Amino acid sequence: MSYSSLPEDVLEHVFSFVQSDKDRNVISLVCKSWYEIERWCRRRIFVGNCYAVSPRMAIRRFPEVRSVELKGKPHFADFNLVPEGWGGYVYPWIRAMAGGYPWLEELKLKRMVVTDESLELIAKSLKNFKVLVLSSCEGFSTHGLAAIAADCKNLKELDLWESDVEDPSGNWLSKFPDTCTSLVSLNIACLGSEVSFSALERLVVRCPNLRTLRLNRAVPLEKLAHLLRQAPQLVELGTGTYSADLRPDIFSNLAGAFSGCKELKSLSGFWDVVPAYLPAVYSVCSGLTTLNLSYATIQSPDLIKLVSQCPKLQCLWVLDYIEDSGLEALAATCKDLRELRVFPSEPFGDEPNVSLTEQGLVLVSEGCPKLESVLYFCRRMSNDALVTIAKNRPSMIRFRLCIIDPQTPDYLTLEPLDVGFGAIVQHCKDLRRLSLSGLLTDRVFEYIGTYAKKLEMLSVAFAGESDLGLHHVLSGCDSLRKLEIMDCPFGDKALLANAAKLETMRSLWMSSCSVSFEACKLLGQKMPRLNVEVIDESGPPDSRPELPVKKLYIYRTVTGRRIDMPGFVWNVGEDSALRLS
Amino acid sequence: MAFERDLNLEATELRLGLPGTQESRSNKRSLPDMNIVDDQDHRSGSSRVIANASNATKSEEETTPPSKTQVVGWPPIRSYRKNSLQAKKSEAEASGIYVKVSMDGAPYLRKIHLNIYKDYPELLKALEDMFKFKVGNVCDDYFSGEYSESEGYNGSEFVPTYEDKDGDWMLVGDVPWEMFITSCKRLRVMKGSEARGLGCAV
Repeated sequence: MSYSSLPEDVLEHVFSFVQSDKDRNVISLVCKSWYEIERWCRRRIFVGNCYAVSPRMAIRRFPEVRSVELKGKPHFADFNLVPEGWGGYVYPWIRAMAGGYPWLEELKLKRMVVTDESLELIAKSLKNFKVLVLSSCEGFSTHGLAAIAADCKNLKELDLWESDVEDPSGNWLSKFPDTCTSLVSLNIACLGSEVSFSALERLVVRCPNLRTLRLNRAVPLEKLAHLLRQAPQLVELGTGTYSADLRPDIFSNLAGAFSGCKELKSLSGFWDVVPAYLPAVYSVCSGLTTLNLSYATIQSPDLIKLVSQCPKLQCLWVLDYIEDSGLEALAATCKDLRELRVFPSEPFGDEPNVSLTEQGLVLVSEGCPKLESVLYFCRRMSNDALVTIAKNRPSMIRFRLCIIDPQTPDYLTLEPLDVGFGAIVQHCKDLRRLSLSGLLTDRVFEYIGTYAKKLEMLSVAFAGESDLGLHHVLSGCDSLRKLEIMDCPFGDKALLANAAKLETMRSLWMSSCSVSFEACKLLGQKMPRLNVEVIDESGPPDSRPELPVKKLYIYRTVTGRRIDMPGFVWNVGEDSALRLS
Repeated sequence: MAFERDLNLEATELRLGLPGTQESRSNKRSLPDMNIVDDQDHRSGSSRVIANASNATKSEEETTPPSKTQVVGWPPIRSYRKNSLQAKKSEAEASGIYVKVSMDGAPYLRKIHLNIYKDYPELLKALEDMFKFKVGNVCDDYFSGEYSESEGYNGSEFVPTYEDKDGDWMLVGDVPWEMFITSCKRLRVMKGSEARGLGCAV
C-alpha cells in the first residue's frame, strides 16, 4: 500500500500529531493531495508579519483554523523608532475572521493597533472565543475590554501583557456575568487605574480553574492576602503595589496567605517594594520557577536573601540592583536557571549607579549549567569575559547584551569587542538570537556570517565600518529571518548584492544608516515580492535624494503594497514613479 | 591607529551618544555635509568634529561639559519599562513636598524639602546647620555616637522628632529612610529635659 492510497481521514489523523508550523508547511509541500488534506485540518496559524499575507488569503487557504497569532509593528517600535500611525491595525483581520472563522477560539496579537471596535466585533461575532492575548498592543480602552468580558461566555484567558490601555472610568471587570466561571488566566498588570476590588474578588471566587492572576499596581498590598485566600490554587501571581505601612498584622496575614498557596510557581509585580514585606513570600520560594522582579527597586542584600531561597528558579528578571554579588549568589543557588534578564535601573544616567559589571554575567555562566537565554544591560564588557561566557555555555540560544554607552570598547584592552562576540557565535552553535553592542568593526560580522548558521534574529546598533559588515551577515547567516539595524554605516552595495536573500527573511529594518533612496527604488523594482517602505516624517524622500533614507523597513509579502500606509511611509516599488508624482 | 586610540579613549567616557556628538541624533543625520565624509566618519564622531572645523559642535565640545544627549531608540528599553521607572521616580519626588521644621525655643519655623537629602546623616546635618545646634556624631551609613536603635539620642540635648501620617510623634532614625520620607508630615527638634526623657526609652 503506497502513501498516496491511504484514506484521507487516516492522513488527517496522522497530521493532527504534527503541531509545529514548520513541519506542517513541509507536509503541505509533499504533493497536491497532502496539501489539500493538510490545509483543511490546520488548526492554528502564526503570521509573523501581518502585512505578509492578507486575511482573505489566509482564511481561504486554511478554512478551519481555531487559533490565530499575528504580529504587527517591527520590533524596534518598542524603542520608539516607529512613528505613531505607522500601521499594524488588526481590524481588517477581525472583520475577515468574523465571517471566515466564526468558531475561532484564540487570538494572540503582538505590537498591533487594536481598537475598541475590534474588541466589540470579536465579542459579538466569535461565539466560542476563549483566549485573548494582547501583547504590547495599543489603541483600545477598557470599553473594549468590557465588551469582551460581557459577551465572551467561554472566556478562559485575558492577557494584556504590557499593552497601552486607555482607562476611561467604567467598571469593566464587573461586566463579567455571574455565570462566567471559566477564567483560567487574567493578566491586567498593565492597567493604569483602579479596578473594582469587589468585582475582582467575586470573579476570582467564582472561577475555580483560575491559575494565573496578574494584578495591576493599583491593587493595594493589604488586600492581596484576602485575594490569595480565595484562590490558593494559583500557579502564577502578579502582585499589585508591594508596599504598605509596616504593621505586624498585615505582615502575618500576608505571610499566612502565601503559605496557603502550595501551587505557586511564578511571581511578578512587586512595584514600590518595601523590603520588610518580602519575607512574606519566603514560604513559596522553594517551589518558584519564575521570578519577575524587574520593577522591584530593592537593593542587593534583599535580593540575595530572596533569591537564595529559590533553588528551583528557572527564569529571573531583575533590575541591576542585584549587582555582581547578587548574581554570584544566584549562580550558587539556582542551578536550574535557564533565563536571566538584568534591566538597568538608571539607563540615562551618566555614571554607573550600581556595582554590576561583566563579572556578574560570567559568574552566572559558570554556575548555571542550563543557562540558555540572556538579556543583560551593563556598562562595561571585555573580550575575555565574552570568551569565557561562550566557552562556559555553548548551549546558549539567546544572547542579548546591551552595553549602555554606544561603541564602548573592551574596558581592559580598549579593543573592539569583535573577538568576544566572535567566540559567542563560534561556541554557541545553536544560537538563534543575538543582540550586539559595544565597539565593533566589520570583523564581528565576518564571524557572525561564518559561524552563526542557526541565527534567526540579529539586532545591531552603532557597529561596523562598511558595507562588508552587512554583506557578511546577509550572505552567511543561513537561517536569518529578522535583521534590525540602527546607526551603522551600511549602505547600498550590500543591500543590492543580497537582494534575493531578503525574500528568504521575514523583515529587515535599517534606520540612520547609509542607504540611498535610489537603492531603495532599485530594490523595490527588482524584487516585486518585497515591500520596500521608506519612513520619513520630514517629507518625500525623493525630494532630497542625496541624503540617506532615515528609516527603511523591508519585508516579504504575497499581497503587494499595503493600503493603509500613512503619509510619512512610502512604498518604493515598481510604480513608485507613478506613486510619487 | 593612533587616531583610533583617541576615539576609543573618548568612547570610554561615560556619556551618551556617539563620541563627539552634542546635538540630538536626528539633527546630525540630516546635515548635508555628513555625506561627503567617508564611511569611517559615520562611526567616529570625533573625526566628524575634527573634519568640520567650522562645525559649531567643536566649540560646544570645548566650552560645555558633555550633555546628556538622548538617542532615540537607545538604550533599547521599552517605553512601558521607562515609564514605570519614571513614574516611580517622580512619585517619590512629588510626594516629598516641603515639611515644616520647628525647633523648641526658636522664634520661627523653617521649611525643608525632604527629598533633596539621601539619608539621615544628611538630614541631620542640614537641621544642625539650619538651627545652629549639634545632635551628635553622625557617620556614613547610619548614626553613631549619639543615636542608637535601642537608646535613641541618649545624652543629647537635642532630639529630632517627626509627626507621621497617623499623627503620632516619632523619633527620627528608627525606620528606613525611604519609609521616613513618605510618612513624615513635619519635624520638631526637641530640646532640654523633655528631650532627655525621650532619649532614654524607646
